[in-house]
Amino acid sequence: MTGWRRRGTPAAVAAAVPRTAIEVRRVGHAYGERPVLHDVTLTLAEHRIGVIGGNGSGKSTFARLLNGLVLPTEGQVLVDGLDTRTDLRAVRRRVGFVFQDPDAQIVHPTVAEDVAFGLQNQGVPAEERAVRVAEVLDRYGLAGHADHPAHLLSGGQKQLLAIAGVLVMRPLRVVFDEPTTLLDLANKRRIARVVAELEQDVVVVTHDLDLLAGFDRVVVFAAGRVVADGPPAESVAAYLASMA
Amino acid sequence: MTLALYHPVPSPVHRAPAGLKLLVLAALGVLLFVVPRLYLVGGALAGVLAVGLGLGGLPVRVLWAQVRPVLIWLAALFVVHLLVTDAATGALAVSRLLTLVLAAAVVTATSRVTELVDVVERICSPLRWVGVRPARIGLVIAMTLRFIPLIAERAARIREAQAARGGARRLTVLVVPLLVQVLQMAHTTAEALDARGADDEPLPRRRRRDR
Repeated sequence: MTGWRRRGTPAAVAAAVPRTAIEVRRVGHAYGERPVLHDVTLTLAEHRIGVIGGNGSGKSTFARLLNGLVLPTEGQVLVDGLDTRTDLRAVRRRVGFVFQDPDAQIVHPTVAEDVAFGLQNQGVPAEERAVRVAEVLDRYGLAGHADHPAHLLSGGQKQLLAIAGVLVMRPLRVVFDEPTTLLDLANKRRIARVVAELEQDVVVVTHDLDLLAGFDRVVVFAAGRVVADGPPAESVAAYLASMA
Repeated sequence: MTLALYHPVPSPVHRAPAGLKLLVLAALGVLLFVVPRLYLVGGALAGVLAVGLGLGGLPVRVLWAQVRPVLIWLAALFVVHLLVTDAATGALAVSRLLTLVLAAAVVTATSRVTELVDVVERICSPLRWVGVRPARIGLVIAMTLRFIPLIAERAARIREAQAARGGARRLTVLVVPLLVQVLQMAHTTAEALDARGADDEPLPRRRRRDR
């Protein structure tokens, strides 16, 4: 898909991180006998893309296809030309994933140790690891909590920690799966600001329509198919009409 | 519930290598059991307190939090010794265990989990020759420490939900929903480990050449 305008992104910021393009070609997916996606074809090249739809519409499965957490049972997903089936590690280095429940994503007992986890997996040397962890904790207001136990953080802080743990790996695109669902209003706004300020391309799966303000494109799913795709106002209107 | 063991304070004990601290802890354990003398145990106890509270700058509450849960067991051990042997032997056994608990508390309060895990990984590194990945053992230890309080929190939530609906406090009623939640969480955590490159862990040198 071409001709989308990148809105709300300063030119300098847009140029700082290389852009990514994800091609989803005739993708279908089924969990056992239960099909959840049917013949989905999309090219995701815009800076901020929203994905909405009712429960069970297939949007979370779609999100998981984008970094190879789920592999398509039909069709192909290509990230900058890399197939999620054959180039999984390279794909996952390009595309980060933030889960709905940060508790399930945080795997180390303390804040700094958890942020460092992905860098350790990438084989980043200890000195560079320490610098990058400190930078990202400072950026998300967690520097004072570096040695604190992760389970004692508030819900909003845990989500910020989960985001920090992904961003420290410097992915080119970040996929968020309902990042504000478990949060109160103040923390929803905080996460919305974080998403809005990200230099990386983002795909955000959400029920929170306010989060989509300023997005470049919104895709609507229903029963495993794309039923609307376009500027946020038009897509959201189509979604609301389908829910009426 | 808290497993907040590390207490960050700038001190020479914090700066000492975790491997050295674990080695001293192991040596102390052997010494206290090989030489069962009350004066030696008393000296070791005083030494541990001096290192922890003095040199390490740990607050008393940090060590107390680690000792408190075992006090009842120490008291029970002393009573058993009173019944079976005598008070002096009981005092020796109790003070020996108390010293080791305090020494372990000093080690964990002055060492980050990653430092301790690194030591475990180094100790396990010969297992690479039989196909074991030491980093995985380290990850399992770190994840255990991370998920114990989380599972306890989930269990408390289930108990609250059941109490709110007038449910009885029975273990069987708690276990099934907790197990379901833990399995769901394990699935998502496995996905998160994949997403964060857990499989990208650098391969052992012998295998790296094969790539």
